Amino acid sequence: MEDKEKKIESLHLKLIPYFEKYGILLLLVLMILVMHILQPDVFLSWRNVTNVFKQISWQSMLALGVFMVIVTAGIDLSVGSIMMLSLMILAVVAKAGAPWFIVVLTPLIAGFLCGLFNGLGITLLRMPHPFIMTLGTLYIFRGAGNLISGGTPISGFTDEVRYLGHGRIDLQWLGLEKSQYLPVSLVLIAIVYIIFWIFLNKSKTGKWIYAIGGNPNAARASGINVNKILIIVYSLCGFLSGIGALILAGRTDSGYPNAGLQSELDAIAACIIGGASFFGGRGTVLGVFAGVMIMGILRNGLNLMDVSSFWQQVLIGSIIVLAVYIDVLRRDIGTRK
Amino acid sequence: MSSTSNPLLEAKGITKYFGTITALENVNLKVHAGECLGVVGDNGAGKSTLMKVLSGLYKPSAGSLFFQGKEEILESPRDSQNLGLEMVYQDLALAGNLPIGENIFLGREPTKNLGFLKLLDFNKIKELTNAHLDKLKINVKSADQKVEELSGGQRQAVAIARSTAFNAKVVIMDEPTAALAIKEVGKVLDLINSLKKTGVGVIVISHRMDDIFTVCDRVMALFQGTNFAEATLSNTSRDEVIGWIMGKK
Repeated sequence: MEDKEKKIESLHLKLIPYFEKYGILLLLVLMILVMHILQPDVFLSWRNVTNVFKQISWQSMLALGVFMVIVTAGIDLSVGSIMMLSLMILAVVAKAGAPWFIVVLTPLIAGFLCGLFNGLGITLLRMPHPFIMTLGTLYIFRGAGNLISGGTPISGFTDEVRYLGHGRIDLQWLGLEKSQYLPVSLVLIAIVYIIFWIFLNKSKTGKWIYAIGGNPNAARASGINVNKILIIVYSLCGFLSGIGALILAGRTDSGYPNAGLQSELDAIAACIIGGASFFGGRGTVLGVFAGVMIMGILRNGLNLMDVSSFWQQVLIGSIIVLAVYIDVLRRDIGTRK
Repeated sequence: MSSTSNPLLEAKGITKYFGTITALENVNLKVHAGECLGVVGDNGAGKSTLMKVLSGLYKPSAGSLFFQGKEEILESPRDSQNLGLEMVYQDLALAGNLPIGENIFLGREPTKNLGFLKLLDFNKIKELTNAHLDKLKINVKSADQKVEELSGGQRQAVAIARSTAFNAKVVIMDEPTAALAIKEVGKVLDLINSLKKTGVGVIVISHRMDDIFTVCDRVMALFQGTNFAEATLSNTSRDEVIGWIMGKK
């Protein structure tokens, strides 16, 4: 009897890490299957799949940034505003006639500096919680974006500037049709996610980011400079929002005041659906990607089926609650109390 | 172990203020190689503050630290670690979300070079962890197990393993048995005894007379932030030490 229990226990111990890592992918595959059954002709068509990836392109950057912050048990509410401010700076610089390679760099630098500002505020001003600092900068950055642009949209960028968000990689040399191209933004997502996967899982700094989320006192006692790591994390989060701005500039060919409005909440939702814990130290890059995909596919699928966007809101909200509840159940089995 | 040889670690005249509060006043302490010093005192007597000064987490307001006869100024826990001075904190200071091995090497992870990238060497972490746990006779299922899945005693063992993984010369333990089940206490005390045999100087802060009288060679009492009394174990008794804690000689 005891042997049997031990077997079950060790089976749990073996399975749980896999479930923790890949469980969310199961949900994603399930959703794809359901959508495919509901919309067999359209959903998995080349055109629709590339559409989904184009739609999630900039959100996936914000979500990845917010994810790193959430791993440290922090939060960044300002990513939508950072993206909007970076986009507006890009638009103003582009309109001023700067060469494309400078225009392309501006949102990345602007995003990085906004994130650095958050990080310095949280650590140097000793804000009681990152929520407060980034709530403040949510307003500050969007206000600043409107100040420099006069609150009106600025449109019309060159092809070079639009390349990352709008570019196409022709696949005709593979014998595919002209309509079957690869969006550059999809390649960009893949590259950025792989780089950050390596950074978070294989580098010392990445390990320390997880350690800070698990127990900041342990990290401090281990001689890790916690404030420095936090500043790096918030700066990278801002930088990724800057990449998001560059993609959005390509997609919409315009800097507009409502860019990224409430997208910080979408980014947080994607992280939570993907299995990141608000208490820090938990979650994977793959999970965030799955979270972003689930939200993207849900919106896309519901649009295909002509479901009202009000129902989309209700469904996304329900999935957040459900995903976290599954996580709670899983932790009940997995952790000793 | 003789008191005539130079102490490994010596603190002289340590004073620490927090604003207007005097946590420590002119406190002296020393520990020799292979010796275990017990530090006792009531809550608020300044034991934990003293240990945090020794580990470099707090800077003393006055006083100096000597390590192997040389004066050292500690700016951070990293400095004390570099000297071979390790601390096992009361709240254990482990990251529950990380595996045992990564906790032991946290902040000092071995890396390997892949081109210009410096990546963590997980194989080496696992290898070194297993060898080290074997040496200390600590039993866990696997070095990959997350710390949050361990029992209190196992966590304490991991914390002690962590403190001794880098050739520590002095290990400071804050209430090492406070959070443990009775059957786990013995294992931790055995671990302390085996550390002493390897020539490590150990400082144990404890409320439990059983701990002090099982592993320590010398005991000192703090009372209201000052040195109150000190004796070798053979020259004192439990009742006397309990009296010191309450401020009676």
